[in-house]
Amino acid sequence: MSGRIWKLGANIDTDALAPGKVMHLPIEGIASHCLEEALPGFSAAVRPGDFIVAGENFGIGSSREQAAEALRHLGVRAVIAPSFAGIFYRNAFNLGLPALICAAADRIREGDRIETDLATGQIRNLTTQEVLVTPALPPLLTDLISAGGLVAYLRADSTAPRPDPAGA
Amino acid sequence: MTTAPQTLAQKLVARAAGRAHVLPGEIVTASVDLAMIHDSGGPRRVRPLLAQMGRKIWDPSRVALVTDHFVPADTEASRAILELTREFARIEGIAKFYDQQGICHAVLPQHGLVQPGMFIVGGDSHSPTGGAFGAYMFGVGATDMAGVLALGQTWLTVPQTITMEFAGRLGPGLSAKDIMLFLCGRFGMGGGKSQAVEYCGPAIAALPMQERMTLANMTAELGGQTGLIAPDAVTVAHILAHGGAVEADWQRWHSDADAPRLEHHRFDAAEIAPQVAAPHSPANSRPVGDYDPTPLDLAYIGACTGAKLADMRMAARVLRGRRIARGMRMLLAPATLRDQNIAAEEGTLGILTDAGAELLPNACGICAGYGSARLGENVRAISTTARNFRGRMGADSSQVWLASPYTVAASAIEGRIADPRAYLDPEGAA
Repeated sequence: MSGRIWKLGANIDTDALAPGKVMHLPIEGIASHCLEEALPGFSAAVRPGDFIVAGENFGIGSSREQAAEALRHLGVRAVIAPSFAGIFYRNAFNLGLPALICAAADRIREGDRIETDLATGQIRNLTTQEVLVTPALPPLLTDLISAGGLVAYLRADSTAPRPDPAGA
Repeated sequence: MTTAPQTLAQKLVARAAGRAHVLPGEIVTASVDLAMIHDSGGPRRVRPLLAQMGRKIWDPSRVALVTDHFVPADTEASRAILELTREFARIEGIAKFYDQQGICHAVLPQHGLVQPGMFIVGGDSHSPTGGAFGAYMFGVGATDMAGVLALGQTWLTVPQTITMEFAGRLGPGLSAKDIMLFLCGRFGMGGGKSQAVEYCGPAIAALPMQERMTLANMTAELGGQTGLIAPDAVTVAHILAHGGAVEADWQRWHSDADAPRLEHHRFDAAEIAPQVAAPHSPANSRPVGDYDPTPLDLAYIGACTGAKLADMRMAARVLRGRRIARGMRMLLAPATLRDQNIAAEEGTLGILTDAGAELLPNACGICAGYGSARLGENVRAISTTARNFRGRMGADSSQVWLASPYTVAASAIEGRIADPRAYLDPEGAA
């Protein structure tokens, strides 16, 4: 898995990802306006497997889960940032979008090729041969991603393991 | 087993995760004691998601459902949403269904449902209100809530704790709302960093429960995941008086003195002046004395944040025997029907209506942009609510200043932003 890198600054908010003015549209419509101010042309040019690499506080703003859903709908493989807004972080995994906390995210440059391993938390930069470390994700969150989000994960016919109340 | 010191937030999450100890940053699976949903984010959103999952509610006795957003039904669409909500309550067997009784965050404590040690998930951003009772309560979106309803569990990153400690006592005419606007002005809407914010100190301990609820409630505006106040005798008495139960060892729900905090801020409550937040953010808070004469058209006493019984009493302290300014309107939407009934019995409501208040339904109303009382073009309003974002309460051209019930009442008398301390009779001084 090695897609294009889309770089963004700090404090990308939920209105930049899912603008309020198009929130009445279905997710395809919202996604076509995703990041239209911050990265003009993004929604037309982004390809499945691409990554977003951003600054601090990604996803601040409202609780609207379409902010994460739009990125997933466009095929974004993961968002990598030094920190995420709390509600966005929850929504991302619940909608099947990995959010990787990486203090050194800014070492990834546009044009680099990277590989991510969610279970170990490693980000391998194939261009620079650098390995960046992020906290390993617990099995519950990697299971959510594998299933494609919480709804799919909890489908009665899903074979995914159930969370264990004694801790993940 | 020796346990490392923990904050109240850690202890609450650890209990819900079935653990003795958890560390900030860890992701754990927590069992949910109570799920709170309302007519807007609840049945109409989660029913299709539960159907997609092919799942039922894990335990209907642990779900509280409140109608407060599309209340009263004033369009065909809102009528349909309320009907769907009632049908959901009936089919799913939800006994804790409070239909048009008031706003969810104020209704649940009236039934003693929020108790120290509990882990509660709410489908509304002001869910931190429950933290006033020493419960871990926070707000989530629809997919998150559907997962909670299906499993009775959710996942959580164990939060760090930001401690806000207030020494001394608030002065007369000051309230929890002033404390919170002061914090929003000082730290901004991201000050809570999505972590747990804990309020403590003598000034907090002196607050009655509904005032503590106001503080915890607006942790949403401060940017925290939850806002906590350790339970004390006031908490326990309130819960018992409202039909709830409290476990025998409730006193364990406090932060250990030596537990590491992310931040610890100390203030003197006596130094806080009445605060007013200018349009369009709670972070634009400044002392009332910093404002030039600012003419107003409307005063709003409403919402879970600002129209509980305690809030109505504050407004009545200022408005007793007085009238609002000519040309002003004052709208009053008591947070719950029960609080309205008590206010009516004791005379508080009469003071407010005699002063010129127009009574609106017990609902979220214009605070959430619902209902026919929404602010019109260019209206300049002062409000006891939590948020003054552009267009939230009506027309994009309307402007909203946020303040305490005392300050809103004084401003209604003068027709402009006013300091309430001139209107408090000494015998009733706090």
